[in-house]
Amino acid sequence: MEKKSFSEKLKEGRFVITSEIGPPKGTNIEPHLKEADHIKEKVDAFNVTDLQSSVMRLGSLATCRLLVENGFEPIFQITCRDRNRLALQSDLLSASVLGIKNILCLTGDHTTLGDHPDAKPVFDLDAVSLLKVATDLMNGKDMKGNELDGKPEFFLGAVVSPGYDPVELQIIKMEKKIEAGARFFQTQAVYDLKIFEKFMQKIQKYNIPILGGIVLLKTAGMAKYMNEKVAGVSVPDKYIKMMADAKKEERPKVSIKIASELIKGMRGLCQGIHIMPLGWERYVPQVLEESGL
Amino acid sequence: MLITKLKNQQELDRYFEKELFVFKCFGCKEVYFPEEEIGKLIIAKQSEVSGIAEVDYLCNDDFSKRYIEKSMNEIKGAQGIVVFSCGVGVQVIAKLLEDKTVFPGCDTHYLNGFQGLTVLDCDCNQCGECYLNYTGGICPITSCSKSLLNGPCGGAKNKKCEVSPEMDCGWVLIYERLKKINKESILKDKNTLVRDFEKIIKGI
Repeated sequence: MEKKSFSEKLKEGRFVITSEIGPPKGTNIEPHLKEADHIKEKVDAFNVTDLQSSVMRLGSLATCRLLVENGFEPIFQITCRDRNRLALQSDLLSASVLGIKNILCLTGDHTTLGDHPDAKPVFDLDAVSLLKVATDLMNGKDMKGNELDGKPEFFLGAVVSPGYDPVELQIIKMEKKIEAGARFFQTQAVYDLKIFEKFMQKIQKYNIPILGGIVLLKTAGMAKYMNEKVAGVSVPDKYIKMMADAKKEERPKVSIKIASELIKGMRGLCQGIHIMPLGWERYVPQVLEESGL
Repeated sequence: MLITKLKNQQELDRYFEKELFVFKCFGCKEVYFPEEEIGKLIIAKQSEVSGIAEVDYLCNDDFSKRYIEKSMNEIKGAQGIVVFSCGVGVQVIAKLLEDKTVFPGCDTHYLNGFQGLTVLDCDCNQCGECYLNYTGGICPITSCSKSLLNGPCGGAKNKKCEVSPEMDCGWVLIYERLKKINKESILKDKNTLVRDFEKIIKGI
């Protein structure tokens, strides 16, 4: 039986699971591929982050190709931070010839947040115009209307942040992303199911697959840090307390319990989950098992 | 130095579907203003003009406050304001008249050399394609750290920019301002925008 692709599964209305790989700072990719291998059977596709947090690393495109060669299905995250419109279009064409179909179009974090804060921020395009350009390429034209010799085929996605204030502004942008060609969305980490449910009600009319974001909490300090610094994330006090009360060796267990509680709650609300393990890939199988997936 | 050019006719015709109050700023010696074309346009649109204030240094908000006070009645009666000035003047008027829709009558282009007289927290990048009509008179190029044209990134926390908690998120300001005048639908309706850097590199 032929294996169904990520896009086919979404189109069939199946509940899908994605996870992510953050390429290393350097060339040592093997351990990351091994981590991915542990959860390969459970996960429908792997996002590969594009210089996440604006830290210089191994590239997303090359890592995506390695995933293809190892039998995983990648989702190529491409940001507008480091490439102008020529490079973005060219990398999209490159992805296509390397067998990469799923593209997640992002604006990208600002250069000042990373380890090269003195770099020139590009942002020639943004997530919306990048989606539109990718759609143009699929239609056989570049963004200036020039004909392509051979056109790519993509399954385009984007991100949305349900906990953003004001959320209406996120939803306006989400609508623009859908118009520009987004066919699925992954969300910022969700810790509050009530906020997430309200968000889902507001965007129901778009009838588009949403994968709720899950970030495994490692410590109470991490939760507090995210509440203070990370956009669109607010971890409720009860989870912070659960993590704070847990002894060091019990923390993974508690974290798994929290994540599976959230996933169970999300199952009736959206069409999948996107797990960002941030180094705790080894616990992902347990999270999924406890969530009944 | 900078040069202002009238916006294209189609855009201007759309503005004057409503009755507008007109600000013309001809004060600054560092700026070229298309005075003759603006004069002709105002004559052609006479029936849609509720009043005109011909002023100088709109970029100085103390001056602008006085100009507004002087014409308050006519401004109140108008359905919108059109400002013929550089991008700074438009932003100052939009800020002072929070409950009014403010349109830029000109695009502001860059010329090498000395520029800008009155230093303020709003700035004009002389990009040559003024967006202030879409963004409630707040410039997305100068108020957003990524100069995004199609809405905010997801990075703002507590309405502050991810670059610094001291900086307001320009797009939150734009949204709140548009909401105040019930125009947030502009953000949905406008086409996807992309910058034209050729205008900056080659000039006019």
